[in-house]
Amino acid sequence: MSPRIIHIALNTFREAVRDRVLYNLIAFALLMSGGAVLVGQISIDIERLVVINLGLTAVSLFGVVIAIFIGIGLVSKEIERRTLYTVLSRPVHRWEFIAGKFFGLAGTLVVNTLLMAAGVFVALWYVSPHLQKSDVWLLVALYFIVLQFLVITSLALLFSSFSSPLLSAVFAFSLFAIGSFAEDLRGFAGMTHGVERWLATAAAYLVPNISALNVISQVAHEQPVSGQLALYNTGYALFYSAMALCGAVLIFERRDLK
Amino acid sequence: MKPSPRVTAGATLLLLTSMVLSVLLLRQVDRLRAGATLQEVLYLSSPKAIKRLSLGYSGLVADIYWTRAVQYFGNKHHTGEEHYKLLAPLLEITTALDPKLRVAYEYGSNFLAAPPALGAGMPQEAIRLIQFGIRNNPDQWHLYYDLGFVYYLELKDYVAAAKAFEAGSRLPNAHPFMKLMAGNMAQHAGDYQMARMLWTATYESATEKVVRANAKAHLRAITVDQDVIALDDVVAKYRDETGHLPNSFSELMSAGLLRGLPLDPLGHPYVLVSDGSIEVNDPDNLPFIQKGTPPGYVPPSSPHLPTSD
Repeated sequence: MSPRIIHIALNTFREAVRDRVLYNLIAFALLMSGGAVLVGQISIDIERLVVINLGLTAVSLFGVVIAIFIGIGLVSKEIERRTLYTVLSRPVHRWEFIAGKFFGLAGTLVVNTLLMAAGVFVALWYVSPHLQKSDVWLLVALYFIVLQFLVITSLALLFSSFSSPLLSAVFAFSLFAIGSFAEDLRGFAGMTHGVERWLATAAAYLVPNISALNVISQVAHEQPVSGQLALYNTGYALFYSAMALCGAVLIFERRDLK
Repeated sequence: MKPSPRVTAGATLLLLTSMVLSVLLLRQVDRLRAGATLQEVLYLSSPKAIKRLSLGYSGLVADIYWTRAVQYFGNKHHTGEEHYKLLAPLLEITTALDPKLRVAYEYGSNFLAAPPALGAGMPQEAIRLIQFGIRNNPDQWHLYYDLGFVYYLELKDYVAAAKAFEAGSRLPNAHPFMKLMAGNMAQHAGDYQMARMLWTATYESATEKVVRANAKAHLRAITVDQDVIALDDVVAKYRDETGHLPNSFSELMSAGLLRGLPLDPLGHPYVLVSDGSIEVNDPDNLPFIQKGTPPGYVPPSSPHLPTSD
Protein backbone atom coordinates (compact mmCIF):
# COMPACT_ATOMS: atom_id res chain seq x y z
CA MET A 1 0.00 0.00 0.00
CA SER A 2 1.36 3.44 -0.88
CA PRO A 3 2.59 5.58 2.03
CA ARG A 4 0.20 8.33 0.90
CA ILE A 5 -2.79 6.05 1.44
CA ILE A 6 -1.46 5.08 4.87
CA HIS A 7 -1.06 8.77 5.80
CA ILE A 8 -4.60 9.60 4.74
CA ALA A 9 -5.91 6.53 6.57
CA LEU A 10 -4.08 7.46 9.78
CA ASN A 11 -5.34 11.03 9.55
CA THR A 12 -8.88 9.79 9.05
CA PHE A 13 -8.53 7.57 12.11
CA ARG A 14 -7.12 10.43 14.20
CA GLU A 15 -9.87 12.74 13.04
CA ALA A 16 -12.52 10.18 14.01
CA VAL A 17 -10.99 9.85 17.47
CA ARG A 18 -10.84 13.67 17.77
CA ASP A 19 -14.50 13.80 16.74
CA ARG A 20 -15.22 11.64 19.81
CA VAL A 21 -16.52 8.76 17.70
CA LEU A 22 -15.24 6.31 20.27
CA TYR A 23 -17.50 7.93 22.87
CA ASN A 24 -20.14 5.48 21.65
CA LEU A 25 -18.23 2.94 23.69
CA ILE A 26 -19.53 4.58 26.85
CA ALA A 27 -23.11 4.10 25.71
CA PHE A 28 -22.24 0.55 24.71
CA ALA A 29 -20.62 -0.19 28.09
CA LEU A 30 -23.68 1.15 29.91
CA LEU A 31 -26.00 -0.91 27.71
CA MET A 32 -24.01 -4.11 28.21
CA SER A 33 -23.48 -3.77 31.96
CA GLY A 34 -27.08 -2.69 32.50
CA GLY A 35 -28.36 -5.50 30.28
CA ALA A 36 -26.18 -8.13 31.95
CA VAL A 37 -27.18 -7.12 35.50
CA LEU A 38 -30.85 -6.72 34.66
CA VAL A 39 -31.27 -9.90 32.67
CA GLY A 40 -29.60 -11.90 35.42
CA GLN A 41 -32.30 -10.77 37.81
CA ILE A 42 -35.42 -10.97 35.70
CA SER A 43 -35.04 -13.93 33.37
CA ILE A 44 -34.52 -17.66 33.69
CA ASP A 45 -31.94 -19.58 31.74
CA ILE A 46 -31.59 -17.16 28.84
CA GLU A 47 -29.00 -14.84 30.34
CA ARG A 48 -26.28 -15.94 27.91
CA LEU A 49 -28.69 -15.79 24.99
CA VAL A 50 -29.81 -12.28 25.82
CA VAL A 51 -26.28 -11.00 26.44
CA ILE A 52 -25.05 -12.45 23.13
CA ASN A 53 -28.05 -11.19 21.15
CA LEU A 54 -28.02 -7.78 22.79
CA GLY A 55 -24.24 -7.43 22.63
CA LEU A 56 -23.72 -8.47 19.03
CA THR A 57 -26.76 -6.53 17.81
CA ALA A 58 -25.47 -3.42 19.58
CA VAL A 59 -21.99 -3.92 18.08
CA SER A 60 -23.55 -4.21 14.64
CA LEU A 61 -25.93 -1.26 14.92
CA PHE A 62 -23.45 1.10 16.61
CA GLY A 63 -20.89 0.27 13.93
CA VAL A 64 -23.34 0.68 11.05
CA VAL A 65 -24.42 4.07 12.38
CA ILE A 66 -20.77 5.16 12.71
CA ALA A 67 -19.90 3.78 9.26
CA ILE A 68 -22.74 5.70 7.66
CA PHE A 69 -22.50 8.98 9.55
CA ILE A 70 -18.74 9.23 9.31
CA GLY A 71 -18.61 7.68 5.83
CA ILE A 72 -20.99 10.18 4.25
CA GLY A 73 -18.88 13.11 5.48
CA LEU A 74 -15.51 11.75 4.44
CA VAL A 75 -15.49 13.57 1.12
CA SER A 76 -18.05 16.35 1.60
CA LYS A 77 -16.50 17.55 4.87
CA GLU A 78 -13.08 17.86 3.24
CA ILE A 79 -14.63 19.93 0.44
CA GLU A 80 -16.58 22.07 2.90
CA ARG A 81 -13.49 22.80 4.99
CA ARG A 82 -11.44 23.24 1.81
CA THR A 83 -8.84 20.82 3.22
CA LEU A 84 -9.33 18.60 0.17
CA TYR A 85 -7.65 21.20 -2.05
CA THR A 86 -4.61 21.20 0.21
CA VAL A 87 -4.42 17.42 0.04
CA LEU A 88 -4.90 17.23 -3.72
CA SER A 89 -2.44 20.03 -4.39
CA ARG A 90 0.23 17.64 -3.16
CA PRO A 91 1.26 14.61 -5.21
CA VAL A 92 -1.79 12.63 -4.09
CA HIS A 93 -4.09 10.94 -6.59
CA ARG A 94 -7.79 11.18 -6.09
CA TRP A 95 -8.11 7.41 -5.94
CA GLU A 96 -5.52 7.35 -3.20
CA PHE A 97 -7.59 9.86 -1.26
CA ILE A 98 -10.69 7.60 -1.54
CA ALA A 99 -8.70 4.48 -0.61
CA GLY A 100 -7.06 6.23 2.34
CA LYS A 101 -10.40 7.49 3.65
CA PHE A 102 -11.85 3.99 3.36
CA PHE A 103 -9.00 2.31 5.22
CA GLY A 104 -9.03 5.04 7.86
CA LEU A 105 -12.70 4.59 8.65
CA ALA A 106 -12.44 0.79 8.39
CA GLY A 107 -9.58 0.92 10.91
CA THR A 108 -11.64 3.09 13.26
CA LEU A 109 -14.49 0.60 13.05
CA VAL A 110 -12.20 -2.37 13.66
CA VAL A 111 -10.75 -0.75 16.79
CA ASN A 112 -14.25 0.19 17.94
CA THR A 113 -15.46 -3.37 17.34
CA LEU A 114 -12.53 -4.89 19.21
CA LEU A 115 -13.27 -2.75 22.26
CA MET A 116 -16.99 -3.53 22.09
CA ALA A 117 -16.22 -7.25 21.63
CA ALA A 118 -14.19 -7.13 24.83
CA GLY A 119 -17.25 -5.59 26.50
CA VAL A 120 -19.47 -8.40 25.22
CA PHE A 121 -17.09 -11.03 26.58
CA VAL A 122 -16.89 -9.30 29.96
CA ALA A 123 -20.70 -9.18 30.17
CA LEU A 124 -20.85 -12.82 29.11
CA TRP A 125 -18.32 -13.74 31.76
CA TYR A 126 -20.45 -11.87 34.32
CA VAL A 127 -23.63 -13.84 33.55
CA SER A 128 -21.84 -17.14 32.98
CA PRO A 129 -18.33 -17.28 34.49
CA HIS A 130 -17.35 -20.39 32.52
CA LEU A 131 -16.69 -19.56 28.91
CA GLN A 132 -17.74 -22.35 26.58
CA LYS A 133 -16.16 -23.91 23.53
CA SER A 134 -19.01 -22.59 21.41
CA ASP A 135 -18.08 -19.02 22.38
CA VAL A 136 -15.50 -19.16 19.63
CA TRP A 137 -18.39 -18.74 17.17
CA LEU A 138 -18.96 -15.31 18.69
CA LEU A 139 -15.63 -14.31 17.19
CA VAL A 140 -16.86 -15.47 13.79
CA ALA A 141 -20.05 -13.44 14.22
CA LEU A 142 -17.94 -10.41 15.19
CA TYR A 143 -15.74 -10.96 12.15
CA PHE A 144 -18.84 -11.04 9.93
CA ILE A 145 -20.00 -7.80 11.56
CA VAL A 146 -16.67 -6.20 10.60
CA LEU A 147 -17.23 -7.42 7.04
CA GLN A 148 -20.65 -5.71 7.16
CA PHE A 149 -18.90 -2.49 8.16
CA LEU A 150 -16.53 -2.72 5.19
CA VAL A 151 -19.48 -3.04 2.82
CA ILE A 152 -21.44 -0.20 4.44
CA THR A 153 -18.38 2.07 4.64
CA SER A 154 -17.63 1.58 0.94
CA LEU A 155 -21.26 2.34 0.06
CA ALA A 156 -21.30 5.46 2.25
CA LEU A 157 -18.12 6.58 0.54
CA LEU A 158 -19.61 5.88 -2.89
CA PHE A 159 -22.69 8.01 -2.16
CA SER A 160 -20.56 10.66 -0.50
CA SER A 161 -18.53 10.99 -3.72
CA PHE A 162 -21.46 12.47 -5.65
CA SER A 163 -24.30 13.33 -3.27
CA SER A 164 -25.09 15.54 -0.31
CA PRO A 165 -24.49 14.10 3.19
CA LEU A 166 -28.21 13.89 3.91
CA LEU A 167 -29.04 11.99 0.73
CA SER A 168 -25.97 9.80 1.15
CA ALA A 169 -27.18 8.82 4.62
CA VAL A 170 -30.64 8.01 3.28
CA PHE A 171 -29.20 5.91 0.43
CA ALA A 172 -26.76 4.08 2.68
CA PHE A 173 -29.39 3.33 5.37
CA SER A 174 -31.85 2.19 2.72
CA LEU A 175 -29.33 -0.19 1.20
CA PHE A 176 -28.47 -1.52 4.65
CA ALA A 177 -32.16 -2.16 5.35
CA ILE A 178 -32.78 -3.71 1.94
CA GLY A 179 -29.58 -5.75 2.22
CA SER A 180 -30.86 -7.23 5.47
CA PHE A 181 -33.61 -8.85 3.39
CA ALA A 182 -31.30 -9.71 0.47
CA GLU A 183 -31.95 -13.44 0.70
CA ASP A 184 -35.69 -12.85 0.60
CA LEU A 185 -35.21 -10.57 -2.37
CA ARG A 186 -33.35 -13.24 -4.31
CA GLY A 187 -36.08 -15.70 -3.37
CA PHE A 188 -38.76 -13.33 -4.64
CA ALA A 189 -36.80 -12.76 -7.83
CA GLY A 190 -36.69 -16.51 -8.37
CA MET A 191 -40.48 -16.62 -8.30
CA THR A 192 -40.94 -14.12 -11.13
CA HIS A 193 -40.82 -14.85 -14.84
CA GLY A 194 -39.53 -13.32 -18.05
CA VAL A 195 -38.00 -9.85 -18.10
CA GLU A 196 -39.15 -9.17 -14.55
CA ARG A 197 -37.08 -12.13 -13.42
CA TRP A 198 -33.93 -10.73 -15.02
CA LEU A 199 -34.52 -7.26 -13.61
CA ALA A 200 -35.44 -8.50 -10.14
CA THR A 201 -32.47 -10.91 -10.05
CA ALA A 202 -30.05 -8.16 -11.14
CA ALA A 203 -31.42 -5.82 -8.47
CA ALA A 204 -31.29 -8.57 -5.85
CA TYR A 205 -27.63 -9.29 -6.60
CA LEU A 206 -26.71 -5.61 -6.71
CA VAL A 207 -27.88 -4.81 -3.17
CA PRO A 208 -25.40 -5.77 -0.45
CA ASN A 209 -26.01 -9.18 1.03
CA ILE A 210 -26.13 -8.12 4.67
CA SER A 211 -28.32 -11.04 5.72
CA ALA A 212 -25.62 -13.67 5.09
CA LEU A 213 -23.22 -11.57 7.17
CA ASN A 214 -25.56 -11.72 10.14
CA VAL A 215 -25.19 -14.97 12.10
CA ILE A 216 -26.03 -13.51 15.50
CA SER A 217 -29.08 -15.74 16.13
CA GLN A 218 -27.15 -18.75 14.95
CA VAL A 219 -24.20 -18.28 17.29
CA ALA A 220 -26.47 -17.25 20.16
CA HIS A 221 -27.93 -20.74 19.86
CA GLU A 222 -24.44 -22.24 19.81
CA GLN A 223 -24.75 -23.32 16.19
CA PRO A 224 -21.42 -23.57 14.36
CA VAL A 225 -20.62 -21.45 11.32
CA SER A 226 -18.98 -23.31 8.46
CA GLY A 227 -15.46 -22.38 7.39
CA GLN A 228 -16.66 -22.30 3.79
CA LEU A 229 -19.24 -19.65 4.65
CA ALA A 230 -16.55 -17.57 6.36
CA LEU A 231 -14.39 -17.88 3.26
CA TYR A 232 -17.13 -16.98 0.80
CA ASN A 233 -18.41 -14.14 2.97
CA THR A 234 -14.89 -12.73 3.24
CA GLY A 235 -14.45 -12.86 -0.52
CA TYR A 236 -17.91 -11.43 -1.10
CA ALA A 237 -17.46 -8.51 1.31
CA LEU A 238 -14.02 -7.66 -0.11
CA PHE A 239 -15.14 -7.78 -3.73
CA TYR A 240 -18.38 -5.91 -3.02
CA SER A 241 -16.45 -3.20 -1.16
CA ALA A 242 -13.91 -3.04 -4.00
CA MET A 243 -16.77 -2.66 -6.47
CA ALA A 244 -18.31 0.24 -4.52
CA LEU A 245 -14.92 1.88 -4.01
CA CYS A 246 -14.14 1.63 -7.73
CA GLY A 247 -17.49 3.32 -8.39
CA ALA A 248 -16.53 6.06 -5.91
CA VAL A 249 -13.11 6.47 -7.59
CA LEU A 250 -14.65 6.69 -11.09
CA ILE A 251 -17.12 9.36 -9.94
CA PHE A 252 -14.62 11.30 -7.84
CA GLU A 253 -12.10 11.33 -10.68
CA ARG A 254 -14.64 13.17 -12.83
CA ARG A 255 -15.94 15.48 -10.16
CA ASP A 256 -15.36 19.18 -10.71
CA LEU A 257 -14.08 20.47 -7.39
CA LYS A 258 -13.89 24.16 -8.35
CA MET B 1 -9.02 18.39 -14.10
CA LYS B 2 -9.17 15.58 -16.63
CA PRO B 3 -9.60 12.09 -15.23
CA SER B 4 -6.58 9.90 -15.67
CA PRO B 5 -7.23 7.26 -18.39
CA ARG B 6 -5.09 4.76 -16.50
CA VAL B 7 -7.09 5.18 -13.30
CA THR B 8 -10.38 5.07 -15.23
CA ALA B 9 -9.41 1.88 -17.04
CA GLY B 10 -8.03 0.25 -13.90
CA ALA B 11 -11.02 1.19 -11.74
CA THR B 12 -13.50 0.08 -14.41
CA LEU B 13 -11.76 -3.26 -14.84
CA LEU B 14 -11.57 -3.79 -11.08
CA LEU B 15 -15.22 -2.77 -10.68
CA LEU B 16 -16.41 -5.27 -13.30
CA THR B 17 -14.17 -8.05 -11.98
CA SER B 18 -15.32 -7.41 -8.41
CA MET B 19 -18.95 -7.37 -9.53
CA VAL B 20 -18.66 -10.73 -11.29
CA LEU B 21 -16.72 -12.30 -8.42
CA SER B 22 -19.08 -10.97 -5.78
CA VAL B 23 -22.07 -12.44 -7.66
CA LEU B 24 -20.30 -15.79 -8.03
CA LEU B 25 -19.40 -15.84 -4.34
CA LEU B 26 -22.92 -14.83 -3.39
CA ARG B 27 -24.25 -17.82 -5.30
CA GLN B 28 -21.92 -20.05 -3.27
CA VAL B 29 -23.15 -18.38 -0.06
CA ASP B 30 -26.75 -19.01 -1.13
CA ARG B 31 -25.92 -22.65 -1.81
CA LEU B 32 -24.44 -22.99 1.67
CA ARG B 33 -27.26 -21.13 3.37
CA ALA B 34 -30.20 -22.66 1.49
CA GLY B 35 -33.24 -22.05 3.66
CA ALA B 36 -31.22 -20.17 6.28
CA THR B 37 -33.69 -17.30 6.34
CA LEU B 38 -36.42 -19.73 7.26
CA GLN B 39 -34.37 -21.12 10.13
CA GLU B 40 -35.01 -17.95 12.06
CA VAL B 41 -38.53 -19.27 12.59
CA LEU B 42 -36.88 -21.79 14.89
CA TYR B 43 -35.10 -19.03 16.78
CA LEU B 44 -37.88 -16.48 16.94
CA SER B 45 -41.20 -18.27 16.68
CA SER B 46 -43.42 -16.05 18.78
CA PRO B 47 -45.79 -14.13 16.48
CA LYS B 48 -46.30 -11.54 19.23
CA ALA B 49 -42.57 -10.91 19.56
CA ILE B 50 -42.19 -10.61 15.78
CA LYS B 51 -45.13 -8.21 15.66
CA ARG B 52 -43.43 -5.98 18.24
CA LEU B 53 -40.12 -6.19 16.41
CA SER B 54 -41.80 -5.15 13.15
CA LEU B 55 -42.14 -1.63 14.64
CA GLY B 56 -45.63 -1.13 13.28
CA TYR B 57 -44.77 -2.34 9.78
CA SER B 58 -46.53 -5.62 10.45
CA GLY B 59 -48.30 -5.60 7.06
CA LEU B 60 -45.02 -5.58 5.18
CA VAL B 61 -43.46 -8.18 7.47
CA ALA B 62 -46.58 -10.36 7.05
CA ASP B 63 -46.15 -10.17 3.27
CA ILE B 64 -42.53 -11.23 3.64
CA TYR B 65 -43.47 -14.15 5.89
CA TRP B 66 -46.25 -15.19 3.52
CA THR B 67 -43.82 -15.21 0.62
CA ARG B 68 -41.40 -17.24 2.73
CA ALA B 69 -44.20 -19.73 3.45
CA VAL B 70 -44.95 -20.04 -0.28
CA GLN B 71 -41.26 -20.51 -1.09
CA TYR B 72 -40.84 -23.04 1.70
CA PHE B 73 -43.86 -25.04 0.56
CA GLY B 74 -42.91 -24.72 -3.12
CA ASN B 75 -39.35 -25.95 -2.58
CA LYS B 76 -40.41 -28.89 -0.41
CA HIS B 77 -43.25 -29.77 -2.76
CA HIS B 78 -40.95 -29.60 -5.77
CA THR B 79 -38.49 -32.04 -4.23
CA GLY B 80 -41.31 -34.36 -3.11
CA GLU B 81 -40.53 -34.04 0.60
CA GLU B 82 -43.14 -35.19 3.09
CA HIS B 83 -42.15 -33.17 6.15
CA TYR B 84 -43.15 -29.53 6.39
CA LYS B 85 -42.01 -28.71 9.91
CA LEU B 86 -41.90 -24.93 9.46
CA LEU B 87 -45.06 -24.50 7.39
CA ALA B 88 -47.53 -24.17 10.29
CA PRO B 89 -45.32 -21.72 12.29
CA LEU B 90 -44.70 -19.63 9.17
CA LEU B 91 -48.44 -19.40 8.50
CA GLU B 92 -49.16 -18.69 12.16
CA ILE B 93 -46.68 -15.79 12.15
CA THR B 94 -48.02 -14.49 8.83
CA THR B 95 -51.63 -14.41 9.95
CA ALA B 96 -50.79 -13.05 13.41
CA LEU B 97 -48.95 -10.17 11.75
CA ASP B 98 -51.80 -9.52 9.32
CA PRO B 99 -55.02 -11.27 10.38
CA LYS B 100 -56.79 -9.89 7.30
CA LEU B 101 -54.46 -11.59 4.82
CA ARG B 102 -57.14 -13.83 3.32
CA VAL B 103 -54.84 -15.44 0.81
CA ALA B 104 -52.75 -16.91 3.64
CA TYR B 105 -55.79 -18.74 5.02
CA GLU B 106 -57.04 -19.94 1.67
CA TYR B 107 -53.78 -21.22 0.23
CA GLY B 108 -52.21 -21.94 3.59
CA SER B 109 -55.02 -24.30 4.56
CA ASN B 110 -54.62 -26.07 1.22
CA PHE B 111 -50.87 -26.45 1.71
CA LEU B 112 -51.39 -27.77 5.24
CA ALA B 113 -54.38 -30.04 4.69
CA ALA B 114 -53.50 -31.95 1.52
CA PRO B 115 -52.03 -35.42 2.14
CA PRO B 116 -48.24 -35.90 1.86
CA ALA B 117 -46.69 -35.54 -1.56
CA LEU B 118 -49.39 -33.00 -2.35
CA GLY B 119 -49.22 -31.13 0.94
CA ALA B 120 -48.17 -31.28 4.58
CA GLY B 121 -50.88 -33.75 5.65
CA MET B 122 -51.82 -31.59 8.65
CA PRO B 123 -55.60 -31.06 8.33
CA GLN B 124 -56.03 -30.19 12.01
CA GLU B 125 -53.46 -27.40 11.66
CA ALA B 126 -55.34 -26.23 8.56
CA ILE B 127 -58.59 -26.11 10.52
CA ARG B 128 -56.92 -24.14 13.32
CA LEU B 129 -55.60 -21.68 10.76
CA ILE B 130 -58.99 -21.16 9.09
CA GLN B 131 -60.78 -20.87 12.44
CA PHE B 132 -58.32 -18.12 13.40
CA GLY B 133 -59.11 -16.49 10.05
CA ILE B 134 -62.86 -16.73 10.68
CA ARG B 135 -62.48 -15.15 14.12
CA ASN B 136 -60.65 -12.23 12.54
CA ASN B 137 -62.72 -12.03 9.35
CA PRO B 138 -66.21 -13.17 10.37
CA ASP B 139 -67.81 -11.69 7.23
CA GLN B 140 -65.73 -13.74 4.74
CA TRP B 141 -67.80 -16.64 3.40
CA HIS B 142 -64.77 -17.99 1.53
CA LEU B 143 -63.19 -18.99 4.81
CA TYR B 144 -66.22 -21.09 5.76
CA TYR B 145 -66.02 -22.66 2.35
CA ASP B 146 -62.34 -23.52 2.94
CA LEU B 147 -63.21 -24.92 6.37
CA GLY B 148 -65.98 -27.08 4.97
CA PHE B 149 -63.68 -28.22 2.22
CA VAL B 150 -61.01 -29.46 4.63
CA TYR B 151 -63.60 -31.24 6.79
CA TYR B 152 -65.14 -32.86 3.72
CA LEU B 153 -62.08 -33.79 1.72
CA GLU B 154 -59.35 -34.52 4.24
CA LEU B 155 -61.19 -35.52 7.43
CA LYS B 156 -64.35 -36.98 5.85
CA ASP B 157 -66.26 -35.29 8.64
CA TYR B 158 -69.41 -34.58 6.67
CA VAL B 159 -71.41 -33.22 9.61
CA ALA B 160 -68.75 -30.62 10.42
CA ALA B 161 -68.44 -29.82 6.70
CA ALA B 162 -72.20 -29.27 6.42
CA LYS B 163 -72.11 -27.00 9.48
CA ALA B 164 -69.28 -24.92 7.99
CA PHE B 165 -71.08 -24.52 4.64
CA GLU B 166 -74.31 -23.68 6.45
CA ALA B 167 -72.62 -21.03 8.64
CA GLY B 168 -70.98 -19.49 5.57
CA SER B 169 -74.21 -19.51 3.57
CA ARG B 170 -75.85 -17.23 6.15
CA LEU B 171 -73.33 -14.45 5.53
CA PRO B 172 -74.26 -11.53 3.30
CA ASN B 173 -72.81 -11.87 -0.21
CA ALA B 174 -72.23 -15.62 0.28
CA HIS B 175 -72.21 -17.51 -3.00
CA PRO B 176 -75.50 -19.41 -3.56
CA PHE B 177 -73.66 -22.72 -3.86
CA MET B 178 -72.83 -22.53 -0.13
CA LYS B 179 -76.48 -23.20 0.75
CA LEU B 180 -76.68 -25.90 -1.89
CA MET B 181 -73.62 -27.65 -0.54
CA ALA B 182 -74.83 -27.40 3.03
CA GLY B 183 -78.08 -29.07 1.98
CA ASN B 184 -76.55 -31.73 -0.24
CA MET B 185 -73.80 -32.64 2.19
CA ALA B 186 -76.20 -34.60 4.39
CA GLN B 187 -77.69 -36.43 1.43
CA HIS B 188 -74.72 -37.11 -0.80
CA ALA B 189 -71.76 -36.97 1.57
CA GLY B 190 -68.87 -38.95 0.17
CA ASP B 191 -70.24 -39.53 -3.30
CA TYR B 192 -68.95 -38.26 -6.60
CA GLN B 193 -71.82 -35.83 -7.07
CA MET B 194 -70.82 -33.94 -3.94
CA ALA B 195 -67.15 -33.92 -4.87
CA ARG B 196 -67.98 -32.66 -8.34
CA MET B 197 -70.12 -29.90 -6.87
CA LEU B 198 -67.29 -28.77 -4.56
CA TRP B 199 -64.62 -28.73 -7.22
CA THR B 200 -66.95 -27.01 -9.70
CA ALA B 201 -67.62 -24.33 -7.10
CA THR B 202 -63.88 -23.92 -6.58
CA TYR B 203 -63.24 -23.75 -10.31
CA GLU B 204 -65.93 -21.14 -10.83
CA SER B 205 -65.13 -18.96 -7.83
CA ALA B 206 -61.32 -18.97 -8.00
CA THR B 207 -59.45 -16.26 -9.82
CA GLU B 208 -55.96 -17.70 -9.50
CA LYS B 209 -54.81 -19.83 -12.44
CA VAL B 210 -53.17 -22.47 -10.24
CA VAL B 211 -56.32 -22.95 -8.16
CA ARG B 212 -58.47 -23.25 -11.26
CA ALA B 213 -56.01 -25.72 -12.79
CA ASN B 214 -56.05 -27.79 -9.60
CA ALA B 215 -59.86 -27.78 -9.56
CA LYS B 216 -59.95 -28.74 -13.22
CA ALA B 217 -57.57 -31.65 -12.59
CA HIS B 218 -59.81 -32.88 -9.75
CA LEU B 219 -62.90 -32.59 -11.95
CA ARG B 220 -61.16 -34.63 -14.65
CA ALA B 221 -60.15 -37.19 -12.04
CA ILE B 222 -63.76 -37.51 -10.87
CA THR B 223 -64.87 -38.02 -14.48
CA VAL B 224 -62.25 -40.76 -14.95
CA ASP B 225 -63.23 -42.50 -11.71
CA GLN B 226 -66.90 -42.42 -12.69
CA ASP B 227 -66.11 -43.58 -16.24
CA VAL B 228 -64.00 -46.50 -15.01
CA ILE B 229 -66.75 -47.60 -12.60
CA ALA B 230 -69.33 -47.43 -15.41
CA LEU B 231 -67.04 -49.35 -17.83
CA ASP B 232 -66.31 -51.99 -15.16
CA ASP B 233 -70.08 -52.49 -14.88
CA VAL B 234 -70.38 -52.84 -18.67
CA VAL B 235 -67.55 -55.40 -18.77
CA ALA B 236 -69.16 -57.34 -15.89
CA LYS B 237 -72.50 -57.31 -17.69
CA TYR B 238 -70.88 -58.59 -20.91
CA ARG B 239 -69.15 -61.39 -19.00
CA ASP B 240 -72.45 -62.35 -17.35
CA GLU B 241 -74.16 -62.45 -20.73
CA THR B 242 -71.46 -64.22 -22.77
CA GLY B 243 -69.49 -66.13 -20.15
CA HIS B 244 -66.18 -64.61 -21.20
CA LEU B 245 -64.35 -61.29 -21.01
CA PRO B 246 -64.42 -58.92 -24.00
CA ASN B 247 -61.19 -58.61 -26.02
CA SER B 248 -61.92 -55.07 -27.15
CA PHE B 249 -64.38 -52.22 -26.79
CA SER B 250 -65.73 -53.03 -30.28
CA GLU B 251 -67.13 -56.32 -28.88
CA LEU B 252 -68.96 -54.29 -26.24
CA MET B 253 -70.23 -51.96 -28.95
CA SER B 254 -71.37 -54.90 -31.10
CA ALA B 255 -73.21 -56.28 -28.07
CA GLY B 256 -75.01 -52.94 -27.80
CA LEU B 257 -73.50 -52.21 -24.40
CA LEU B 258 -71.46 -49.21 -25.58
CA ARG B 259 -72.43 -46.52 -28.05
CA GLY B 260 -68.89 -45.65 -29.11
CA LEU B 261 -65.24 -45.82 -28.15
CA PRO B 262 -65.02 -44.43 -24.60
CA LEU B 263 -62.60 -41.50 -24.27
CA ASP B 264 -61.01 -40.05 -21.15
CA PRO B 265 -61.13 -36.28 -20.43
CA LEU B 266 -57.85 -35.82 -22.34
CA GLY B 267 -59.49 -37.32 -25.45
CA HIS B 268 -57.50 -40.57 -25.33
CA PRO B 269 -59.41 -43.88 -25.56
CA TYR B 270 -59.55 -45.94 -22.35
CA VAL B 271 -57.57 -49.19 -22.44
CA LEU B 272 -59.35 -52.52 -21.95
CA VAL B 273 -56.80 -54.87 -20.36
CA SER B 274 -56.94 -58.64 -20.97
CA ASP B 275 -58.11 -59.28 -17.38
CA GLY B 276 -61.15 -57.08 -18.06
CA SER B 277 -59.94 -54.08 -16.09
CA ILE B 278 -60.01 -50.54 -17.46
CA GLU B 279 -56.98 -48.29 -17.55
CA VAL B 280 -56.23 -44.77 -18.74
CA ASN B 281 -53.69 -44.15 -21.46
CA ASP B 282 -51.75 -41.35 -19.84
CA PRO B 283 -52.07 -41.51 -16.02
CA ASP B 284 -49.29 -38.95 -15.46
CA ASN B 285 -51.43 -36.27 -17.06
CA LEU B 286 -54.52 -37.26 -15.12
CA PRO B 287 -53.47 -36.50 -11.55
CA PHE B 288 -55.63 -37.40 -8.53
CA ILE B 289 -57.37 -40.34 -10.27
CA GLN B 290 -58.29 -43.17 -7.90
CA LYS B 291 -59.23 -45.68 -10.58
CA GLY B 292 -57.88 -46.67 -13.99
CA THR B 293 -54.19 -46.70 -13.12
CA PRO B 294 -51.94 -49.65 -14.08
CA PRO B 295 -51.01 -52.00 -11.20
CA GLY B 296 -48.11 -50.61 -9.13
CA TYR B 297 -48.40 -47.18 -10.71
CA VAL B 298 -46.59 -44.42 -8.77
CA PRO B 299 -47.80 -40.91 -9.62
CA PRO B 300 -45.22 -38.14 -10.14
CA SER B 301 -44.32 -36.22 -6.97
CA SER B 302 -45.60 -32.97 -8.50
CA PRO B 303 -48.93 -33.43 -10.25
CA HIS B 304 -49.06 -32.26 -13.88
CA LEU B 305 -51.84 -29.71 -13.75
CA PRO B 306 -53.80 -28.81 -16.87
CA THR B 307 -54.00 -25.27 -18.16
CA SER B 308 -57.03 -23.88 -16.42
CA ASP B 309 -59.04 -22.48 -19.31
